[in-house]
Amino acid sequence: MALVQTTRTRFQLPDWATPTFIVGGLVVLAWLAATAFPYWLAPHDPLELAGRRLQGPSANYLLGTDALGRDVFSRMIHGARHSLPIALIVVTSAVVIGAGAGAIAGYRGGLIGAAIMRLVDITLSFPPMLLAMAVAASLGPGLGNAGIAMVVVWWPVYARLMRAQVLEVREREHVEAAVAAGAGHFRILTKHILPLCWTPILISATMDIGQVILLAASLSFIGLGATPPTPEWGAMISDGATYFYSWWIAFGPGMAILTVVLGFNFIGDGLRDYFDPRSSK
Amino acid sequence: MTAPIAEADGVDALLRIRDLNVGFSGRNGTLPAVRGLDLHVSRGEVLGVVGESGSGKSLGMLASLGLQARNALVSGSVRFKGQELIGRPRRELRALRGAQISMIFQDPLSSLNPVMTVGDQIREALYLHNRQMTKQKATQRVLDLLRLVAIPQPQGRINQYPHEFSGGMRQRVMIAMAVANDPELLVADEPTTALDVTVQAQIMLMLRDLKDKLGLALVLITHDLGVVAGHADRVAVIYAGRVVEEAAVRELFADPRHPYTRGLIASIPKLTMSEDKLYSIPGAPPMLGALPGGCAFHPRCAYAQDVCRKVEPPTHRVGTHKSACHFAASLPAWNGGLGAAAPENGAND
Repeated sequence: MALVQTTRTRFQLPDWATPTFIVGGLVVLAWLAATAFPYWLAPHDPLELAGRRLQGPSANYLLGTDALGRDVFSRMIHGARHSLPIALIVVTSAVVIGAGAGAIAGYRGGLIGAAIMRLVDITLSFPPMLLAMAVAASLGPGLGNAGIAMVVVWWPVYARLMRAQVLEVREREHVEAAVAAGAGHFRILTKHILPLCWTPILISATMDIGQVILLAASLSFIGLGATPPTPEWGAMISDGATYFYSWWIAFGPGMAILTVVLGFNFIGDGLRDYFDPRSSK
Repeated sequence: MTAPIAEADGVDALLRIRDLNVGFSGRNGTLPAVRGLDLHVSRGEVLGVVGESGSGKSLGMLASLGLQARNALVSGSVRFKGQELIGRPRRELRALRGAQISMIFQDPLSSLNPVMTVGDQIREALYLHNRQMTKQKATQRVLDLLRLVAIPQPQGRINQYPHEFSGGMRQRVMIAMAVANDPELLVADEPTTALDVTVQAQIMLMLRDLKDKLGLALVLITHDLGVVAGHADRVAVIYAGRVVEEAAVRELFADPRHPYTRGLIASIPKLTMSEDKLYSIPGAPPMLGALPGGCAFHPRCAYAQDVCRKVEPPTHRVGTHKSACHFAASLPAWNGGLGAAAPENGAND
């Protein structure tokens, strides 16, 4: 053991832990905690009508009460449970469907590839909000249907990303070498192409979680997402919009959306800086 | 050492390519990249395939294994152990590739999957052709293979990624993968071009050594005449998609029977040379879309006559040579490419 131990005077963070990443991570962690344990963190039951109506912020009701006398702060914390999981599920489904379709389109090409990509083009040619509204409206209100609508809107983004990646990696020599070694299509795609394609998708998916939360809130705001009395952030803002002088009703969920979206964007930025150092600064 | 050319032109050869054509359809018709390639390799033999970039040497070999680009048009006959490969279903070709016929590529870094450990990649090569192999057995075989290609401390190396290997070590890994399933034919496409000279020599020696140990036939595709002179038994010189000369290595270098081969050999710089300027064949290789009529080499050939411009020369047999030149038999005596005054010393260096 003649190795020289390099002296390390200070605790050092790993490379990926950039300040943006840490801040974003902490914010998101806080909201994940709210998602997991809302009953511990919220002082009141989100559906309890005990308080007086339209009360301003006070020690007991940190962010006041809404038109029905429910605690806004508690509802905001419980709202995480209705926004975060949906956003994660929507983004995951969109990534699975989109990346799968994109991988097939990029690897196979031909008629199937062209068909997939034209479908992508068609979907992306609609304004996302409008398409999501149309799909959600046709399925009927409810968070689940809003989720389906958002997957329909979002998968083409990943299909495009993935296809571009696969097209590039497909031409690399190690793929040719794998073909020469007798590997079949499925193995080449899953072992030799896809593992090199995930970085941009991971980054983009992280950023999109924030966008999906916004879209879900927007759908709920116009009444196509969560149905009352679900404490969903978009729906809560919508409730608050009627009581213009009771600003705190919309303020709580508004801040919740702002911080969560910002948090995920920070994580996405941090990931991008780590994986692609050229893009920063 | 010198393998005799089989009389019936390699009927019992391991791999026999007859009249192979590879073309690419473009806007102005089909571009002929390989035009009637004839080659054969026998067991235990090293065939050097020499040609300039774009001469079709790699493409011809790849296409005979079904590895051509999607838009390529392939015709002709490729027989491996007597079985026709052209037109075989992809599934059957896949079972053949990597098992009985293996390939080594030029750049070992880009030919290895950067996100798979070296051990996993060799194990995959084994698994692809033997699904029953247990993981333990496979790992044992991987270690044996790494030892076979002289990689030190294989137990530690097995879990490393390609970027942790040096260029020569990577090429050894590629070779280990290629011989993993005891192939009978190994096609090495410019195996040493991306390596520096000392490593080149090691890799070439190792390939020869493996050839003898495993009894495989080796096709050495290269543009390096030095590599061919040192390591091939027989040489095929390719120009514009066609074999222009083929002979045992000593005979080819001692008495080339095609002006192109002469030009190539004369272009090798020699230590004894006193001229300031290096010799090069005048002109440039023809464009695929605009092949000259008659002999494809005639615009660059010092011996060209009228017949060369009009008639594509058939392959003549001159002694043990095969040469696609109208004047294969009547070319002036060869002086080793050293100019008229130089002594004749046979350029077999």
